[in-house]
Amino acid sequence: MTFELSDRVQTVPPSGIRRFFEIAEERDDVISLGVGEPDFATPWAARDAAITSLEQGKTSYTANRGRRDLREAIADYVADRFDLGYDPDEEIIVTAGASEAVDLAFRAFVDPGDTVAIAQPSYISYEPGVIFAGGEVLPVPTYEEDDFRLTVEGLEEAGADEADMLVLCYPNNPTGAIMPAEDLEPIAEFAREHDLTVLSDEIYAELTYDGEHTSIASFEGMRERTIVFNGFSKAHAMTGLRLGYALGPADAIAAMNKIHQYTMLSAPTTAQYAALEALDSCENDVREMVSQYDRRRQFVLSRFREIGMDVFEAKGAFYCFPEVPEGFTAEEFAEEVLREQGVAVVPGDVFGAGGDGHLRISYATGLDDLREALARIEAFVDEHA
Amino acid sequence: MSEREVLELLRENARYSTADIARMTDLEEDEVEAAIEELEATGVVCGYQAVVDWDKLEDERVRAEVELNVRLDRETGYDDISQRLARFPQVKALRLVSGDYDFDMEVEGDSIREVSQFISEKVAPVPEITQTVTHYVMTSYKENGIELGDGEDDERLSFSP
Repeated sequence: MTFELSDRVQTVPPSGIRRFFEIAEERDDVISLGVGEPDFATPWAARDAAITSLEQGKTSYTANRGRRDLREAIADYVADRFDLGYDPDEEIIVTAGASEAVDLAFRAFVDPGDTVAIAQPSYISYEPGVIFAGGEVLPVPTYEEDDFRLTVEGLEEAGADEADMLVLCYPNNPTGAIMPAEDLEPIAEFAREHDLTVLSDEIYAELTYDGEHTSIASFEGMRERTIVFNGFSKAHAMTGLRLGYALGPADAIAAMNKIHQYTMLSAPTTAQYAALEALDSCENDVREMVSQYDRRRQFVLSRFREIGMDVFEAKGAFYCFPEVPEGFTAEEFAEEVLREQGVAVVPGDVFGAGGDGHLRISYATGLDDLREALARIEAFVDEHA
Repeated sequence: MSEREVLELLRENARYSTADIARMTDLEEDEVEAAIEELEATGVVCGYQAVVDWDKLEDERVRAEVELNVRLDRETGYDDISQRLARFPQVKALRLVSGDYDFDMEVEGDSIREVSQFISEKVAPVPEITQTVTHYVMTSYKENGIELGDGEDDERLSFSP
């Protein structure tokens, strides 16, 4: 028999980068700048806490919302780092990665026919998440001439004043753009004026190289309409441990928890112990990793300029977003540089409106590989552009 | 502080080119060169060496960690003893430490016989040295902050969101 797929599943196209895997498999010397995860191992203290928890047989479910001590530690952390105040009992939920939290929010707050404005280019899972929840996506492109920052003009032009929800991701995957407080303020005002719920994915908040990260939830009147997402995957190099969290008003978190308790039940227990230790004692590890990313960022930006490719001055996350040389689409460039030089990069169009003509380069890889990959890109550009 | 950053990068990999360091620190190449010269001139950077995994070589290389206890008198202090020992080329590291013994000494040679002879004939007879305890290195797992041996293959996907 064949399964009759739901319309929602059929609506979502297969991943645009699947084809690249096949090309990558043809060569055994591929250097990947396509991976959106740290190349560092989880700080040892956090790994050790996970191991100890297993040795002690702590392998049962936890509370649906996550261990209380972890929620308390998260509340202290976000208060300390981002000036956000959330009650660990009612306003925080621990999830299996920030991705689960984002999905819970779409399912909890989006009704069929609701419009969700997404600032793009952005992480590729928001759009399918909205569609799976029955909503409609309204892309709000951002552009390099605005440093890929979201503007009120951009929101108005896209018709976001009519939307029900707005999704933000800053520091941004894939551009590396950040939104300083002065740029967020008018966006907050727009959200209040047009009664938008805001989903703010701040998973890269620690990876801000220029100034301090500001959360949109910290502006007056925003806390009650915003869900903030964060997690341990990026700054704490814990991608495989799958641990994230959402912060928001009590009734919103309760609604998300309703779905979470019937599907995930609770986030992985072992990972929760690791996360608790990560918050408790791994601040220096995070600082060290961030400073390494910053050096790599400067290296990569400088090399792209030498190669003669225009590159946006990324100030956050661990991506940079160069323009492809004239005569190529992003997809053509990515495919050819992979086939000819064995360097894997992701074409910017897969991240939505505003991403075309660019490449996403992850510099969460060692300097030797970065140096070699950029030399190969240089050779490719010298030959073809 | 840029000099500190340059120092950190040299410690990470002394073979980074000045161009690479300049790119990573957003300094000009001549500024990096000047910072390195200054670090060398002031003796903050004393030298550059390779970190070697001897297990990967066919040639035997014998290393030992030696604990030394000494007895001081009015004329002889720790510095005098250390100067005498540090001159031997077989001594690769020498540190005054707290705890059950006084000096921690790393010795290297081509054979166990050579290292043993060095300790028994050159070190132990030093009048102030009252005891030596020699630990031969069997396997080294980490040197100068670098883990030795074969790393695991990276099985991450070539692309991820």
